[in-house]
Amino acid sequence: MSSEQIRKTIALAAIWTALLLAPYWMVPLGGYTALATRVLVLGLAAMSLNFLLGFTGVLSFGHAAYFGLGAYGAGLTLKYLAPSTPLSLIAGMLLGGVCGAILGTLIVRRRGVYFAMVTIAFGQVFYYIAFQWSSLTGGDDGLRGFSRQPIDLGLFKIDILSSANNFYFFVLFCFALAVGVMGFILRSPFGRTMIAIRENERRSRFLGIPVERHIWIAFTLSCFFMGFAGALYALVNNFADPRGLHYSQSGDFVMMAVMGGMRSFWGPLLGAAVFVVLQDYLSSITVNWMSFVGLLFVLVVLFFPRGLLGFLQRSKA
Amino acid sequence: MTQLLLFNVTNGLIIGAFYVLMALGLSLILNLSNVINFAHGGFLVIGGYIAYTITPYIGFWGALLLAPPLTAAIGLAVERVLIRPLYGRDPLYSLLLTFGLAFMIEDGTRFIWGPQGKPVTIPAFLSQPLSNEFFFITGYRLFMVAVVMIAVALLFLLLRYTRLGIRIRAGTLDLETVGALGINVQMLRSLNFAVGIFLAGLSGVLAAGQLGLEPTMGTGLLMPSFIAIIVGGIGSLPGTLAGGLLIGVASGLTAVFLPAASEAVIYVMMAVVLLLRPRGLFGEEGMMS
Repeated sequence: MSSEQIRKTIALAAIWTALLLAPYWMVPLGGYTALATRVLVLGLAAMSLNFLLGFTGVLSFGHAAYFGLGAYGAGLTLKYLAPSTPLSLIAGMLLGGVCGAILGTLIVRRRGVYFAMVTIAFGQVFYYIAFQWSSLTGGDDGLRGFSRQPIDLGLFKIDILSSANNFYFFVLFCFALAVGVMGFILRSPFGRTMIAIRENERRSRFLGIPVERHIWIAFTLSCFFMGFAGALYALVNNFADPRGLHYSQSGDFVMMAVMGGMRSFWGPLLGAAVFVVLQDYLSSITVNWMSFVGLLFVLVVLFFPRGLLGFLQRSKA
Repeated sequence: MTQLLLFNVTNGLIIGAFYVLMALGLSLILNLSNVINFAHGGFLVIGGYIAYTITPYIGFWGALLLAPPLTAAIGLAVERVLIRPLYGRDPLYSLLLTFGLAFMIEDGTRFIWGPQGKPVTIPAFLSQPLSNEFFFITGYRLFMVAVVMIAVALLFLLLRYTRLGIRIRAGTLDLETVGALGINVQMLRSLNFAVGIFLAGLSGVLAAGQLGLEPTMGTGLLMPSFIAIIVGGIGSLPGTLAGGLLIGVASGLTAVFLPAASEAVIYVMMAVVLLLRPRGLFGEEGMMS
């Protein structure tokens, strides 16, 4: 193995060890297991967005919609259809993904700021529906009255409701599954065309890549991942909230991706960890936490546009 | 029925006038500098609160004249310090920055002026309804529409006949060539930004007189303004004007027949326009891609 490969393997091993042991080192450091679970879920969402943002180079600023749809899909399934955790996850993923696939057809021809604008506006459609359709979604109060169910493995059941650690490992398992698929797609020939489109759209087109279709596929896949993350988020809170679909949530996801490093696979997870912990901390010490979060946005854009990982990689080079 | 219809159409027109002012400012900045100004709603709020603060000293008319240029001056400072370094970089960054700025402005106004709504006193003769039958048409509402019309007319005259306006329009088409002709592009962008923020400040003052002031009022107007731009066609100011009025009246009309859908209708309109005519009603071919 080359030294580059060795370094990558070590980094990967370190990431997974840290994630596997998170409940044991978070608590002594003053955190709590549920915080780790939230980081994992929001990190998955930020990575799903980055699948599109960092690897296809397409700026979606309305991705929270598909995250929120995933949450409602899972919540509604648990509440009305079947008390099954796996089924709710699948339902959430499908709802987010299918809606993304349909709207994607209207969006993919735009580029740059115009893509961003149209995705914001369409994202707000779902926020609006969730807000208004109170009889189904609970409106402004959010969807309540459901909870995650034990995982039935035939021989025994895993209680993920009352044991925070069990739930963390369940979420980690789902996270690993999604991230594995994501990594697999990015290494596939299709994943390479995504990067080609990001680097030079015109040249990709001349090479015979059907750019619009590939952007649509990338958008749709990213919405499926987003829906899955949203479904997990509904299980985390046993609650789904229209604010989860709002464009300000999309902004948070974009921020996580940028802050961690858009050009790296793991960057958004790091960004999510910093963002979630910081927000948790700030909102516990000041009522004006919004100003500080806003200030964070401004400072990151002006001084750390490559994100933490980008910054580290650059200073190493 | 006629009265109800008229009531909602008037409402729609007035709301539409606000959308137009907001959307024109956004559109100016977007077209020339490729910046989606998420903080535009924040500047509206700043305009309103400035008016609230200076009204006791110089009266409503003074505030109406003074608050928009003051807001524009703040906008100019923001553009110089925060947005200028981002030109030429991925539009993602200006989007994120103005997004954060919107948070700071909202929270800042709440910190300075408190979370409760603030009333702005308007001259007594403007607050009277014109007649008993049409109780909903107060003088102030007509006045607002008139001010918006004058502002829009002045903006179009500025763009059509002044040197600055011609440069802005030229820069919208091809900023590089404009720069190559020896025009100071940075200055052009700054002035253009200031004009956009001026319009936001003006809508802030007008909105303050009609609706009262709240730190969150800007965010509610932002999304319809986006949609007005998309519906009217990105890159076309007349399109933005038409788009704003159209969605205002459409949501006003829907409020008569199906109140719950009065906001949904603007999203439906956007989807239909994008499906049938992706460049928007007045947009030029290729502006959106």
